[in-house]
Amino acid sequence: MTEKKKIVRVTGVTKDFDLGKIVVKVLKGIDLEIEEGKYISIMGPSGSGKSTLFNMIGGLDKPTSGKVFIDEVDIAQLDAYELAWLRCRKIGYIFQTFNLIPVMTALENITIPMTFAGVSNDAALRRGMELLDQVGLTGRHTHRPSELSGGQQQRVAVARALANSPAIILADEPTGNLDLTTGEDIIRLLKELSLQRGVTVISATHDYKMLNVSDQVVWIRDGQVDKIQERDELDIRTGGLESARH
Amino acid sequence: MRRLVALPLSKSFQMAYQSIRVRFFRSLVTTTSLVLAVAFLTFTQAGNDITEGLLISQDPAFLQILSKIGYDVSPDAPSINSSPKQRWIVFLSLLVCVVGIINAQLMSVTERFREIGTLKCLGALDRFIVRIFVIEATMQGLAGGVVGALLGTLVALTASIFRFGSAAVSVMPWTDLGATIFYAVCTGTGLSLLGVLYPAIIASRMLPVEAMRVEQ
Repeated sequence: MTEKKKIVRVTGVTKDFDLGKIVVKVLKGIDLEIEEGKYISIMGPSGSGKSTLFNMIGGLDKPTSGKVFIDEVDIAQLDAYELAWLRCRKIGYIFQTFNLIPVMTALENITIPMTFAGVSNDAALRRGMELLDQVGLTGRHTHRPSELSGGQQQRVAVARALANSPAIILADEPTGNLDLTTGEDIIRLLKELSLQRGVTVISATHDYKMLNVSDQVVWIRDGQVDKIQERDELDIRTGGLESARH
Repeated sequence: MRRLVALPLSKSFQMAYQSIRVRFFRSLVTTTSLVLAVAFLTFTQAGNDITEGLLISQDPAFLQILSKIGYDVSPDAPSINSSPKQRWIVFLSLLVCVVGIINAQLMSVTERFREIGTLKCLGALDRFIVRIFVIEATMQGLAGGVVGALLGTLVALTASIFRFGSAAVSVMPWTDLGATIFYAVCTGTGLSLLGVLYPAIIASRMLPVEAMRVEQ
């Protein structure tokens, strides 16, 4: 097998939260390499530090020590402008709570990142409509988030994340606020898009439905990488049983 | 090559306008306090302008009324200016107004923490956020300033017509009134900007993670 490009590299990352009297060590030295085009799930119980790790990879938070490389660039070295550029062009974010801008229509929500990236208005609108078609929301472009269901809002968020053709999509509990079938739809959509476009999808989750589509699962426990499983090592029985229980 | 993100001015205007339109009622409350303060400022100032106009006309009928209500109408009297007490009251009303605006804008920023965090995740720079808030405040300030100035002038005119009779209209110092309106609109806009500055800077400095953590 040829050596694939490492799109994300995390080396020795620790993160302490200073709560005044005590210092909480949330991450205790994480080393992780993520190959381009893979679908990765970061699994772990709540409080394990997976969201914190996730924020580090997304450049939303800075590690106490250690380095995070996106596309072989150390993000600690970037200034505010370059960081904004990275968030805008390289990374697409999907959140548990969708986080669409409530005052804007679906189409406008999708075009904001393109506006930031300097795409002309017409081109942005055209691409926005294409993306809406791709996520299965044809004809919903004038709807505000409040006029869409949870699943539809998350689809808009997926389209928004894809707007600037990022290399990485970071999805933080993308199915956390959705019911079972809607959640599965979103997972399937992410997987399809990952295959079609070769986008690396990294999702933090404790939803076992995610396991079925993941190429690699990173288990985080108590601020450390517990184990990394490839798809073929995954215990299918666990996936089946756990998803049935949900 | 420098990699830059951009937000064209037209787009900033559109976003600010949209935000005002959707939160119209809240904007209306903020703007109303501005309207009242500016109207009060214009009313006192325009009242002085009008009295001054009457005095300059040297019409005995007007002079009689003026001296009856307590003005010094002797030819060598100084021109009519706002008294220290008047200025103090106007100043206080403007101060109260600014505090009110800061309060309302802080609320509005808190309400939009998540939105601001999301924009930052999508690649917005700090100054895009400040710019959107400043444009919003300018729009509110202009609207509130214009309405307030017109309202204040209208009330001052009506009051003077009741007091001095309709003949007073012929000696109105229109240029002075125009200047008063202009300064009042500028003051209104300035106050609105003053009120939004601190909240906008707080909003823009927030790290995206903190903004996301806010429960809503």
